[in-house]
Amino acid sequence: MCVFGASAALLLWFIYASTSGFMDQQTDETINAEIRGLSEQYAQQGLNGLVHVIQARVAADKSGSSVYLLTNWKFAPLAGNLPQWPSFSETQDGWLTLNLEEPESGRMRETRVRYFLLPGNYHLLVGRDVTERNKIQGMIMDSLGWALFITAALGGAGGLLMSRRMLGGLDVINKASREIMNGDLNRRIPLRGSGDEYDRLAANLNAMLDQIVLLMNGVRQVSDNIAHDLRGPLNRIRGALELSLRTAKTPEEFREILENATVEIDKLLATFNALLTIAQAEAGSRREDFRDVDLALLAQEAAELYEPLAEEKGIAFTVDLAPELYVPGNGHLVAQALANLLDNAIKYTPSGGRVTVTLKKEPSGPVLSVSDTGPGIPEAFREKALERFQRLEASRNTPGSGLGLSLVAAVAKLHHAAIELADNEPGLRASLRFKAA
Amino acid sequence: MKILIVEDDLEAAAYLAKGLKESGYQTEHVADGKEALYRIAAETYDALIVDRMLPGVDGLTIVKTMRSAGNASPVLILSALGDVDDRVRGLKAGGDDYLTKPYAFAELLARLEALLRRGKGDAQETVLRVGDLEMDLVSRTVTRAGSAIDLKPKEFSLLEYLMRHAGHVVTRTMLLENVWDYSFDPQTNVIDVHISRLRQKLDKGFDRPLLHTIRGAGYSIRETR
Repeated sequence: MCVFGASAALLLWFIYASTSGFMDQQTDETINAEIRGLSEQYAQQGLNGLVHVIQARVAADKSGSSVYLLTNWKFAPLAGNLPQWPSFSETQDGWLTLNLEEPESGRMRETRVRYFLLPGNYHLLVGRDVTERNKIQGMIMDSLGWALFITAALGGAGGLLMSRRMLGGLDVINKASREIMNGDLNRRIPLRGSGDEYDRLAANLNAMLDQIVLLMNGVRQVSDNIAHDLRGPLNRIRGALELSLRTAKTPEEFREILENATVEIDKLLATFNALLTIAQAEAGSRREDFRDVDLALLAQEAAELYEPLAEEKGIAFTVDLAPELYVPGNGHLVAQALANLLDNAIKYTPSGGRVTVTLKKEPSGPVLSVSDTGPGIPEAFREKALERFQRLEASRNTPGSGLGLSLVAAVAKLHHAAIELADNEPGLRASLRFKAA
Repeated sequence: MKILIVEDDLEAAAYLAKGLKESGYQTEHVADGKEALYRIAAETYDALIVDRMLPGVDGLTIVKTMRSAGNASPVLILSALGDVDDRVRGLKAGGDDYLTKPYAFAELLARLEALLRRGKGDAQETVLRVGDLEMDLVSRTVTRAGSAIDLKPKEFSLLEYLMRHAGHVVTRTMLLENVWDYSFDPQTNVIDVHISRLRQKLDKGFDRPLLHTIRGAGYSIRETR
């Protein structure tokens, strides 16, 4: 605001200074030209000629804006339209500004004059009335002043309006933010529909809030699920222990109950361990410890570990691995992810089915897949199946924590790999698509 | 056998001491890292069980200090940190084994016994024997009562590990870690299937089984009379 005002004032002052300076210069040049002309007349035609010329010029000047006076060495007037030599103190360059009285009207007129000493001690005074010029300069000054005032007023009012608008927009956002901070997470910042920066800011903040709510719901869902899934086994253990306190008589009976309880608690601990591993993989803090993982070797070893399990269940087990495929990663976690996939595949494939482990080199990078001929996962549930504790209703009664695929998803994310659940027609094909190194 | 327990959780230490006493071990307990260093310098223990998180001097520093002082007593590190990398760091510091809390006592006992036995077996031996079962480590052949048993490479490693710990309990996680180099517990007991396959090859047609399942703990290979 200040900068704007100052620059406007500076601009106007510059306009004034240059126009009025130009006008002053014009006046002085005219006077100089006259003096040059008159002294030439004097040099050529002598005193009489000069007197004639002066009288002629006075006669020609109807407006009376010109001033001429020629005197002898005693300052007695010889020609011109001033009654007497005005009193003034001499200046170096002969320039003066005098207030002269107009003979007829007695008006005081501001006059710019130059006096000049002609050879023979004749004094010559030539001047121009600058009252008009000063008036014009005053008018310019006035109008520029007005211009400055109007500019300042308009600028001030506009700035005030703008800042009020700005603060108004921010106020709305601040108010909504406070309400949201106070716990109303579903509150949104109202849009004014103007599509300006404030609306865009508000829209972005609203989108951010939507995302936060989504994440919060996710976290809430997970903790609800954890609580729910852990309460079940705990209730079972508690019930069994309480019952045994009331009904068990022999040490053998107590032993059996305690052994069962230990097995249940071990399952709970396994669930906790899986949750911790997922959390560690999701935190992704260990990427700096990544080493090149030989995927074929890793898959070969996992396949060897699980092959007898498949055979036991009457499931055909095929392994097809492309060699020499490496990805930077945490071998233990990738092995665990693959083990989880194999575990699921064998668990859900009925006897007589087939489980296949493949490692293929694709342009996008290595793809590690486990396919089965089990019931598969309906397309609508595939996304959900990667979340913690999400299990198909149909598989509720099969053993498992509902964390296997979540761990696979977390490990995939840690390795910047995409996890893909597809229809194996029939069955499920789970693939980890690594990025080409 | 004298075991030093370095553990600041008094209840856990008492439970551990009780279990070890019942298994025939003598135990001493310190709850603080500095105190542990004094004890280790003053006395000789057959093995140490060291908690990783301790007030004063932490578990890994204790192990490093005693190793640099030339003390080679086996150390089992206990930790609430279960990350693969934490385990690697524990073993690098000089620990002989690493067990994540919470653990089954049977697991701890099996691992402790494996540590105590270590160094006693002759590393140079080329033939392992359990009863009439013989494993030639050079020719990589296995015979029982003179007849050859055909084993796949992993089955051979599995049997070798069991035979090196003959007469002692070996847990499923010990097998996973040492034979498969997996430091996680698969959801299904895949190990059981491997053991039952091995058992088929070893014990089928023989009156006296050698490979035994120890309920709630793991497996053991030994001669029964």
